[in-house]
Order: sequence, then C-alpha cells, then structure tokens
Amino acid sequence: MSQVMPRTETQPQPRPVNQRSRRQLQAVLLHVLLIPLALLFLAPLWLMLVFSSQPDSAIFSTTPPLWFGHAFLDNFRQLQADTNYLRTLLNSVLIAVIYTAFSMLFTSMGGYAFAKYRFRGKGVLFGIIIATLTIPTFVTIIPQFILVARNLHLTNTYWAVILPTLANTIGIFYMRQAFQALPDELLDAAKIDGAGDARTFFQIALPIVSPALAALGIVLFLASWNDYLWPLIVLSDKNAYTMPVALGTLVGLTRVSWGGIMVGTVISTVPFLIVFMALQRFFVAGIAGGAVKD
Amino acid sequence: MISTPPPRRRPFSVAPYLFLLPYLLIFAVFWAWPIIDSFLTSFQDTRLGAAGQGFSLANWKRVLTDDFFYTALKNTAVILVIQVPLMLALATALAVALGSKLLRAQGLFRFAFFAPLVVGTVPYSAIFRLLFSSDGGAVNAGLRSIGLAPVDWLNQPAPALSVIILALIWRWTGYNAIILLAGLQAIRQDVYEAASLDGATPLQQFWSITLPLLRPTLLFTLVLSIIGTLQLFTEPQLITGGGPGNATMTLGTYLYQQGFRSFNFGYASTIAYIVAIIAAIFSFVQIRLFGRDSA
Repeated sequence: MSQVMPRTETQPQPRPVNQRSRRQLQAVLLHVLLIPLALLFLAPLWLMLVFSSQPDSAIFSTTPPLWFGHAFLDNFRQLQADTNYLRTLLNSVLIAVIYTAFSMLFTSMGGYAFAKYRFRGKGVLFGIIIATLTIPTFVTIIPQFILVARNLHLTNTYWAVILPTLANTIGIFYMRQAFQALPDELLDAAKIDGAGDARTFFQIALPIVSPALAALGIVLFLASWNDYLWPLIVLSDKNAYTMPVALGTLVGLTRVSWGGIMVGTVISTVPFLIVFMALQRFFVAGIAGGAVKD
Repeated sequence: MISTPPPRRRPFSVAPYLFLLPYLLIFAVFWAWPIIDSFLTSFQDTRLGAAGQGFSLANWKRVLTDDFFYTALKNTAVILVIQVPLMLALATALAVALGSKLLRAQGLFRFAFFAPLVVGTVPYSAIFRLLFSSDGGAVNAGLRSIGLAPVDWLNQPAPALSVIILALIWRWTGYNAIILLAGLQAIRQDVYEAASLDGATPLQQFWSITLPLLRPTLLFTLVLSIIGTLQLFTEPQLITGGGPGNATMTLGTYLYQQGFRSFNFGYASTIAYIVAIIAAIFSFVQIRLFGRDSA
C-alpha cells in the first residue's frame, strides 16, 4: 500500500533495518496527521450531543461546555412545545418505512426484468431511464408539485412525500446489476421444477440478492429520513411535517431554544450513527456500488 | 454503453412487462413527464397578471438580464470552485491513509470520517449555524481561547460563504473517500511491489501509480460533486438564509424563492433547466473522456 508521506532521504539500495525504521517513521507521521483531523471531524457531532443536554445560557457562554449537562429533558419539552416533535417523528418513521418498502419492491422487480428477460422495447426503456440518471431533481419539482398538490390534491399527506420519490432511477440500475450476477441456470432449474415467474423471483432470485437489497434499503431509508426540499414544498400543516421540515422551521427563528434544536438533531441523527457503527460495511457497499445519490 | 449478456428465456412472455409495470408507471408520471413539462413551462409567462398561457420567451429573456440570477450563479460557482477541489483532495488523501496498512485503529478512523454521511442536511446545517453563530458560538469561543480575534461568521459575505464550504466539506468528504477507497482497492498490489523494488518512494508511487489509475474514479466523484453542489439548497437556506444580503444565495435558493415563494413556475423552470444544462455538460465531458462504465 502507498501512503501520502513527505519524501524521506532517497536511498538507491535500502537496507532492511533502515527500511523498517523508515516505515515506523511513516506510521507515526500518518497518525500525527490523522488524529487531529479525525477529532475535528468528530467535533460537530460531539458538541451536538453535549449541547442537547445544556441550557442555552451555557451553550452561548464564553466558555461553552465540552461535557454533558442535565437539561436534555427540559430541552426536549421545549422542542415538543415548539413543533409537536413526537408527531413529526412518527410521520418521518412511517414515510421512510413505506417509501423504502415500495421502492425496494419496485426497483428490484424492474431491475430483475432488465437483467433476466429479453423483451421488446427493453433497450429503449432502459436507455430512457439511464438518460435521465443525471438530471437534477430541480428540473422535476415544479411539475411534480403541480401534479401532487393541484391535480391529485395530496398536499399534507404521506403519499405526497412518497410517490414522486419512488421514481428512483439509481435503484433500478443498482438492482439490475445485482441480478445480472445471478446464474441463468439457477432460474432455469426453478422453471423446470414448475415455479412460475413470480415464484422464481420472490422465492429464489430475491433471497439471493438480499445483501445488495439490504444495502439499497438502508440507503433509501436514510435518503427519505433526511429529505428536506420536497417535503418542505408539499407539507404546510404543522402536524404533517417530517422531522427535518419541523427542525428547519426553528433554525431560521431569532428567539428559539437551541438546546431544543440540538435535541431534535440528536433524535434524528443518533439512531443512524448507531446503525452505522453496526452496519458500516452495508453503507460502504451501498455507496461504493453507486446506490446513493442525494 | 453497458453490455448485456443475452439471457435465454421463452420467446414472448408478459412477465417482464408485469415486473416493470409499477416502476414504469411511477417513472412516467412522476419523473419522465415532469422533465418534459418543466421544459414546456419554461416557455410560459406565469407571472401574476401575465397575458395568457401561450408560448412566451419572457423567462429566457429575463434570465439573461436578471442580476439576482447572476448573483446566484456566481455564488454557486465560487462555492463549487473552492469546495469541490478542496474536498476531493482531502478525500483522496483520506482514502490513501485509510487504506494504508500502517494505520492502527482503522475502525475508529473510518467512523470519524464516515459518520457525517448519515447526518441529514437539516441537522448538520443547524449544528453549523449554531457552532459558527457570531455571538457566543463555539467556534468563536475556540478562537478567543487561543488568542485569536472572533469572526462575525454569518453576517459578512466571505466568512458566510466559507462556513457553507466548511459544512459541505465536513458532510461529503467521507462519502467521496469511500468511493475513492473502492477505486484504490481495485489497483493491483503487484504494481506497487514492482515499483517498491525499483526504489520508488511512497510519494513517487502516489503520483505515478495511484493518481493515474485513480483518475476515472476521481472524475466520477468530481462530476457527482459538481452536480450535487449545483443543487445546493438546504445549507445556504438554513445556515445563512442566503445572506448577508444575497451573498450566499445559490441557484437552489433562488429557484425555491421564485417557484415556491413567488409561485412563478415558468421562471423557476427556466432556472431549473439552466442547472440541468450545466449538469449535462459536465456529465457529457465525463462520458466523452472515460465512458460511462468507468465509474
């Protein structure tokens, strides 16, 4: 493996002992550079945790606290009074669950069709989907809004948030790749045993790609959980807000409980930090495989 | 393009169409049609009291002379030109460091740099706004404690822009490092071993092996980052409110303002299409240089 290291003395014929000490020096340098950077990256999350348990007077004092206080519950009560936060939490959970379930189902069905069938119009359909892959979401939000709010009258419903985001092009692409790795012989064998198309898909193909599906599911759930612009546009009723939208309404205010806002960020973030610690490789696989596009 | 090995199936079956039906319905109604509709809307004068719904070039003429649009474009470009190269340089260095066999406690380091990518744009915008607030913010308290003068971060143009840039770097560096790390791991080890035997230093190996072989991956992250930053909305909206003045107004916040504050759908669609055209140019360059499968 290579390292980014300042050039040390160039030695045309390095002797083993010298080489070992040089590697040790490189290792030390690597850690000396990386530890402060890691602390810097952790600092915002650490301060979020600390501030959620501190009163505003402490957060804005000349020497802000670096360790926990006792104001978490007070801050939470303030947040709940400001936004009906528990209701927005329920909205966020349900929207993310429904969205993830439908999106996983639809994109894996579609990806399977593209990977394992030959049919008329396949090339054109896939070409169209791929062609729209890099189109910014900005382009679609105005017609989507007109459709959802004015034609379908869905404003302030879960479906208003969920429906347009189900058109997930990257998911189709990702699941198609996952199914392409399945050997055709396996599916043919299922057919010979008398399994229909649906049974072959649900009972044989889908379980085999479940690691890829799980990676996609985590990424989809997180994307829905964190989405801001679209829910902001189609939700106007306080009780229909998702968590990010509710938090967003507080952030712009001048007189607001920042301790309360930090409680909100902790509630929306910490579960995922824990899940992330446990399932890091799924996240990493999902991102490295191109399943993510915010 | 992507090569598909021809699967062996029955000559005709409705099954693939049924499998595709739910997705394609949603795709057609909520994605493909809006892309076309948005283009058509950009040729309608949708201002209050406009003459009618007929074909009009008003929006496309207006955008050429709209100072607010140019401010938004300029701010977006400034953020992009500073943030994207800084972030990708840092992400490349991180990917190399995190992949190094010399590194102890890999898991802890990975957590530190990758954790931000599960944090939503709203929570982290809130955190950065609080940390950089001018009176009593933690960053200013830190500056004072080491004897530096505090900065009025959010009420001056350049510092406000730099807070947004720092926030973006914090949130997205780990994400790009993951992609680059996957790219690094695809480079064969024996190339390095051979170079080592020839007496190449780590730095020489980085410049003459790692970087050239990583180029397609780097270009992929570059295009992703550019398209992402072009659509910047939440951070300027929540950290700085687009201010001070319009110093951090981006194409995203301007589009939101036109579309959902003034409800001028035609003009907002025009702005959206300009973003799409710029994004398309960058994607096109990537495909021309490396082909789509290079990612």
